[in-house]
Amino acid sequence: MTAATITRRYTGNPAGVAALIRPAEVHRDVYTDPEIFELEMRHLFANTWVWVGHDSQCPRPGDYITTQIGSQPVLMVRHSDGQIHVLHNRCPHKGTKIAIDAAGNTGKFFRCPYHAWSFRTDGCLLAIPLRKGYEGTGLEGSEAAQGLKPVGAVHNYRGFVFARLAPRGIGFEDYFGAALSSLDNMVDRSPEGRLEVAGPPLRYLHRCNWKMLVENQTDTCHPMVAHESSAGTAVRIWESMEKPPGMPKPMAMEVIAPFASPYEFFETMGIRVWPNGHGHTGVHRSIHSDYSAVPGYWEAMVAAHGEDRARAILGENRHNTVYFPNCMIKGPIQLLRLFKPLAADRTLVESWIFRLVGAPDMLLERTAMYNRLINAPTSMVGHDDLEMYERAQEGLMSDGLQWVNVQRLLSEDEAEDVEAVENGTTERQMRNQFAAWRKFMLMSMEQGQ
Amino acid sequence: MTATVAEPPAFARIAGAQPSQEDLHDFLYGEARLLDEGRYDEWLALFTPDAHYWMPLDWGQTDPRLVTSLLYEDMFMLRLRVERLRGARTFSQKPKSRCHHVLSRPFVDLMDHEANLYRTVTPMHYVETRLDDQFLLAVTARHDLTVAEGALRIRLKRVDIVNCDAAFGNIQLLP
Ligand SMILES: [Fe+2]
Repeated sequence: MTAATITRRYTGNPAGVAALIRPAEVHRDVYTDPEIFELEMRHLFANTWVWVGHDSQCPRPGDYITTQIGSQPVLMVRHSDGQIHVLHNRCPHKGTKIAIDAAGNTGKFFRCPYHAWSFRTDGCLLAIPLRKGYEGTGLEGSEAAQGLKPVGAVHNYRGFVFARLAPRGIGFEDYFGAALSSLDNMVDRSPEGRLEVAGPPLRYLHRCNWKMLVENQTDTCHPMVAHESSAGTAVRIWESMEKPPGMPKPMAMEVIAPFASPYEFFETMGIRVWPNGHGHTGVHRSIHSDYSAVPGYWEAMVAAHGEDRARAILGENRHNTVYFPNCMIKGPIQLLRLFKPLAADRTLVESWIFRLVGAPDMLLERTAMYNRLINAPTSMVGHDDLEMYERAQEGLMSDGLQWVNVQRLLSEDEAEDVEAVENGTTERQMRNQFAAWRKFMLMSMEQGQ
Repeated sequence: MTATVAEPPAFARIAGAQPSQEDLHDFLYGEARLLDEGRYDEWLALFTPDAHYWMPLDWGQTDPRLVTSLLYEDMFMLRLRVERLRGARTFSQKPKSRCHHVLSRPFVDLMDHEANLYRTVTPMHYVETRLDDQFLLAVTARHDLTVAEGALRIRLKRVDIVNCDAAFGNIQLLP
């Protein structure tokens, strides 16, 4: 659809956007409307803190990666002083992308491949060929002379780099608050308190809206239905196999079988919501609780943290933690998924895995296995899910009904923007995300930006 | 539950004591045909019990274990994959996908009778389709083959997709 054919119903109409979110349902336009998508890119993805990358991707000065925050192309780069910078990936001269490879090292400076303008790795303009051509033109006062434009704010939290595009807005600590406990737990699982990205991410294209994927992360009423074909079949094959009594489950079975757990399991696992749209499943236990012990790991954790602290860290088995708007981590298996919005009906899902520095390789082996069994375009569990998202995206084109229901375990006095723990099959985290969606969409719309 | 057929199909049988180049070629074309025709029980019977099917995620990837792959599946997982494809509640296969392999002449890179190891490299085009969608993958399949009980068997099948690092939608069947 070209811009000209879009009827402008929501731009400059914060009340109209707010009306899309009701306590128990959301209007389908939040998933299907290209104008809403544009407004999300302009407002939601500017006002929130979005995960950019991990600092282990840029260990040395000059190391960079390229990625996107919403629809904005950016670079994450380590400067000579060790600081991580996040810069718009756009030459201030003619607009050329400065780098297009996923990762690389640029040395002491970036050099635009078009006209050789060069920039320090903190973005400052370094040199322009034949500079005398600009003498007396007032270049110093131009946008171009400011160099590569930095994003509004950057925060490196224990290696995880988040950025806010808007120059002013909510601070990092205020935005995430107690939700950072999930990231802490994931990092604390390393005896050295440090993670490293292990290899490139899976990249899985979904023809559906990005929010469907984020909602799915705390949708505990779908695994026993949608994944019966994969997890249910795995359990049936395992049970029917002739094997010596007491034979331990193979690692793949440990990973995939819990997806076939019954409703009662998910009801009692619990869901916690936090302000600003964050939340997690697996408060009391989770599908990650019953993995076999890895030889040598407990000993390494006790040596690093002491027994009590080690037990507390490993006793936490949170399932999926959503970092609103578009990031999810699994602490117990050191995995992060980023749901990159491409269009109202197109999302790129990146699934990253991390090595626990100082821990036995077998943990990373399980993490890599989890990633390929659950998150790959070739994975059976992935096929189960994608089928549902794409059917939903197509079904929402029906004009017969206009609303999507998010009512499960809704109570009359449910407060927004608070911390709470509930029954594990509640849809409260979905409601929590939409409350945050409205808040951060309207934040700048109401100021008429 | 259908049990794995232990008896391999006729094309896997070798005429002499040791496989010829023609035996290897027949085997590779026969394997692709089983996949195209959805004859998965016969296909599973082509593998040794400790075999793996590996599809790397990264170009030139050397480690299947500590970084992510698209696939690295043992016989248990391959059997699960096959059972799932025909499951009554496998909604992503309602309707079913179909696939089509076009092989170019396989290279025989290793003919080690003593070690009972035969390595072939087969460039191919793989097409998969479902509903109105169809996609093409250009792949190189490397087979590590061995002879057991008078028939060739797969120990390792490694499939490198030429654009392995690209973003893909569902790939539901097997190149
Ligand atoms: Fe799922």
